[in-house]
Amino acid sequence: MKNFRFFYHFGRYCLLLGRVFSRPEKLSVYTRQIFREIDALGIGSLGLISIISVFMGGVITIQSAYNFTSPLIPLYAIGLGTRESIVLEFSPTIVSLILAGKVGSNIASEIGTMRITEQIDALEIMGVNSAGYLILPKVIAAMLINPFLIVISMFLGIFGGYSMGVLSGACTSYEFIYGVQSFFVPFNIVYSLTKTVVFAFIITSVSAYHGYYTAGGALEVGRASTRSVVYNSVIILVTNLIITKLMLV
Amino acid sequence: MIELKKINKSFSERQVVSDVSFIFHPGKCNLVIGESGSGKTTLMKMMVGLLVPDSGEILYEGENFISMDIKKKQEVRQQIGMLFQGGALFDSMTVEENVLFPMEMFTGMSKKERIERANFCLSRVKLEGKNKLYPAELSGGMKKRAALARALSINPKYLFCDEPNSGLDPKTSIVIDELIREVTQEFNIITMVVTHDMNSVLGMGDNILFIYKGQNWWQGNSSQVLKTENKELLDFVYASEFLKKLKPEH
Repeated sequence: MKNFRFFYHFGRYCLLLGRVFSRPEKLSVYTRQIFREIDALGIGSLGLISIISVFMGGVITIQSAYNFTSPLIPLYAIGLGTRESIVLEFSPTIVSLILAGKVGSNIASEIGTMRITEQIDALEIMGVNSAGYLILPKVIAAMLINPFLIVISMFLGIFGGYSMGVLSGACTSYEFIYGVQSFFVPFNIVYSLTKTVVFAFIITSVSAYHGYYTAGGALEVGRASTRSVVYNSVIILVTNLIITKLMLV
Repeated sequence: MIELKKINKSFSERQVVSDVSFIFHPGKCNLVIGESGSGKTTLMKMMVGLLVPDSGEILYEGENFISMDIKKKQEVRQQIGMLFQGGALFDSMTVEENVLFPMEMFTGMSKKERIERANFCLSRVKLEGKNKLYPAELSGGMKKRAALARALSINPKYLFCDEPNSGLDPKTSIVIDELIREVTQEFNIITMVVTHDMNSVLGMGDNILFIYKGQNWWQGNSSQVLKTENKELLDFVYASEFLKKLKPEH
């Protein structure tokens, strides 16, 4: 039976998504919920993402400068390397992994607590599609707001790199900015934001799945929360590889 | 009227509800009593559609709830108010938002009408002025009353209460029981109360079903409970040493 666990969970996840994307009972209530979730999931994560992006940008610049020891490599390559690392991988993937920890565990524990305290049963008895009401606004909100968060992360990451590069004397302001502007491929942004939207869907739906099917007490809510972070991380990494292969090679 | 016909439910090998039949009348407090684990809550969960019976019929005004399509089931559910053991108020909403929620979802009432109705329901359960409090700021009794206000907000035809006074002090328990009894009679609701509280049984038991080991063991009303010679029911009613001393000799 254990061999079929993956199929069991995947099937149940698909059935849950079917309920999530069924017609809302009242559009105005759902719309209001979407704005609430944008605030809770998106705006609430802005501080963490800003801090991480600035510091990671700085670290990427220092590491680039540390490795570019050959006199044949121009110093503007530091800016170029920082931009590429941040745009292609750090902002869309690493920030999404961080969001999987913060937002994913939050969603799983919120919905899990609602399950064990019979709030989901209360919704069902009222005739509300509990899966749709609880999960759909989160999925839509994350898919709408996460690209903005990632773009902000890109700007702050590059800003952090610039500040660190100039302050540490690794390169001049002109060299860094010249590097950031060199060989820019606009498609990289499309690739990056496509990943972000897919990851946003994974983070919200997988976490909601773990929360929605929580059974038991507080201990199980904690387990569901942990499980959601683990599954999210693995699925994001695998999906990252697939999308990269499909879009870049 | 809600009618149960030969309801059966088992989990794995364990038979939890066995051949239970009963009629729930409007305007009366229909009590389902029994020991913990006797199948009362399972029975109620089947009646509201949270669990599906293995066999039998649950008739709402003559229509079998189990065989209804999803749309029809949702229509019935929109006439159901339910008071959960823990209240099940939505944590992220204030008391007022909790009471407004079913109206926002399912009625075409204007905002003004909804707020008037919410205030009426809150005053009916003696929670005036508590509109802006969150569930975490309420006591156990207040949570139950707020949940009752939410259940009443859409003028339910059916009211289900799962151990409404568990975890409450005797005085607050009586307040909750009286509220349930009053609204049942005032709005001619079909009320089902699952309880093992003897105060509730004696105070509001118009129509009582005693379940023992998942079976329909005894039916009657509050005055008949004390006169019964059914051994299992007597053991349940006079469970404590104190009550045993008060037991009338037949």
